Amino acid sequence: MSSTNVNVPVAATAPAKPKFTYAESQIVGQKMTLPKQLLFQLILLFITFTVIFPILWVVSMSVDPRADVMRPTTLNLIPPGFSLKAYLDILERPTSNPVSLPTLFFNSLLMAGGSALASVFVGVFAAYSFSRFKYRGRAVLMLAVLAVLILPTVALLAPLFVLLNRVVIGDFSLRNSLLGVGLALLSTLLPFAIWNLKGYIDTIPRELEEAAMIDGCSPNQTFFRIMLPLATPAIAITGFLGFLSGWTEFYISWQFLTNPQNFTLAMALYNMTGQFASSTPWSHFSAMSVIIALPVSIVYLALQKYMTGGLTIGGVKG
Amino acid sequence: MTTLTRESIRPPMTAPRAAPRKSFWRLANPYLYLIPAVLVMGVMTYYPMAYGVWMSFTDYGLKNLRVDSPAPNFVGLQNYIDILTGAIAIPNFDFFYTLFFNLFWTFSNVIFHVVIGVLIAVLLNAKGLWFKGIYRAIFVLPIVIPTLVVANVWRNMFDPDFGAINQALAMLGGLIGISPAAFHIRWIESVNPPIPGVPLPLAYFALLITNIWLGWPFMTIVATGALQSISKDFYEAASIDGASPTQQFFRITVPLLRPAMVPAIVYGITLTFNLFNLIYFVSGGGPLRETEILVTTAFRLVNEQRLYGVAAAFAVFIALILLVITLITNQVSRATESYDV
Repeated sequence: MSSTNVNVPVAATAPAKPKFTYAESQIVGQKMTLPKQLLFQLILLFITFTVIFPILWVVSMSVDPRADVMRPTTLNLIPPGFSLKAYLDILERPTSNPVSLPTLFFNSLLMAGGSALASVFVGVFAAYSFSRFKYRGRAVLMLAVLAVLILPTVALLAPLFVLLNRVVIGDFSLRNSLLGVGLALLSTLLPFAIWNLKGYIDTIPRELEEAAMIDGCSPNQTFFRIMLPLATPAIAITGFLGFLSGWTEFYISWQFLTNPQNFTLAMALYNMTGQFASSTPWSHFSAMSVIIALPVSIVYLALQKYMTGGLTIGGVKG
Repeated sequence: MTTLTRESIRPPMTAPRAAPRKSFWRLANPYLYLIPAVLVMGVMTYYPMAYGVWMSFTDYGLKNLRVDSPAPNFVGLQNYIDILTGAIAIPNFDFFYTLFFNLFWTFSNVIFHVVIGVLIAVLLNAKGLWFKGIYRAIFVLPIVIPTLVVANVWRNMFDPDFGAINQALAMLGGLIGISPAAFHIRWIESVNPPIPGVPLPLAYFALLITNIWLGWPFMTIVATGALQSISKDFYEAASIDGASPTQQFFRITVPLLRPAMVPAIVYGITLTFNLFNLIYFVSGGGPLRETEILVTTAFRLVNEQRLYGVAAAFAVFIALILLVITLITNQVSRATESYDV
């Protein structure tokens, strides 16, 4: 954008209204006047209130010391004290299913972590190939990956369900296992990881690799010694986004799993909400919400500033 | 693996002009890197996709699930016809209503996201504003909290008896002397459309409120980035020429935001179109399936109806519709890609 070129439409067509001068214009104005400042603060405070309202509500209910808030009859955004009783109460058996909170947590962690790691581990090789080599069939293969990206996972649910249902080894049914859910999740997580990582590797200048080649590195050495270290931030973020979609995955697990020992946090939360939860105290529901949201939200917040760029496209795979 | 040696990179002085001999490994290398991904996607993505297309022409159901069960019967286009004509066991099933609602849901939401997101970004970008950093830090919260949790929390907030929304409205209403009983609003279950003549249930507005809460901060982040790259010279020149702040907004800010906003809007459209978690957890598609979208219907066909063949045909429809949407949005975003100033 050239700074000398000020020929924007407004300069040509704006009627001459001398009452707005350079100094008064709100956007370039040197200092905001106090009434305007207060007005803006008022608007922004209201917006802040709407943003934190649900968060305060649920956190407040989860730490309410009048333990076992069955249903809140008054609106509490600031908790009238502090107690972790709701969290301790759901430790043993948060839902009517015979499964403990640590088991649910571990299952979600295993399924989400496993599929995220697999997606970036397999994906980074393919991404490197797409980004750095020219070869026959490359365009077609890339299009095949891209085509899957527009497809929501739920569109593959029926075939994945009936196919994995046929893989039975002794007592082990792949469909009815966390491994099966993880593999089903991988079906759309992998193309997402490939595309994300390719986008990032495309932005890494080739000079470093060329220098390494001249110094005698083979293409494979270049990949492992130059590319992988450089792509680590992108691998971490792509892996985290994959983890997030596994951590909050609902419909595959709900469709596949029947053994309560395999259930995940997302399934338990659904069991604790709405019509299925007439006997669940809302303080328990709130504690469960916080347990699911808090760890990933903190990591997301920490990674957030790296994510606003190109990596946001396709950011949440649903 | 071939390593580069000093000899191999030195330009050949007297070598014949024949194509340099490439080793097999050098040629095969890019394909070798693809092998893991091709294996995984071949087995877990493309095979199920192809299998799904085949299933869509059969009456695949519960009876065919077991390993030793008979193969399903070939029914031709029957599943596709049943979907289009609504001949499916789900009550109130109407494919075209669901498709139309799905599109309306998407565009109405994205419009709110963009307008609110851009306005707040402009507000936050005002020079000399206090506490900018604090506001920006708070406003990313809806992005970082998982949608699954957000949807379930809002579901309980819309509860007519114990939900925070009705309680907050009753508190506000109490200030001006309205009885709290007036705010026993049945957000999700109410069947009567709240606005006469507009055939949308209250649940749609509950979903809209929830999704506005979820969606505008992303647009604000994108718009803020773009706003900060707009040169101040434009505004200086405009105000010297006597343009009002409103004129500056519509003639400088909006056109210069467009290149950044278009990809964000495309992303928002795809995301909102397939927003399973919100619809399924907040309204459950109710009342009377009026707020059901395509992906929640697809899930019900598998999970509740166990009509796997019909579900596969439904997935083919979803894929085709998304393909059309993607092609259109691609055309639009390509047309607006570069904006010369």
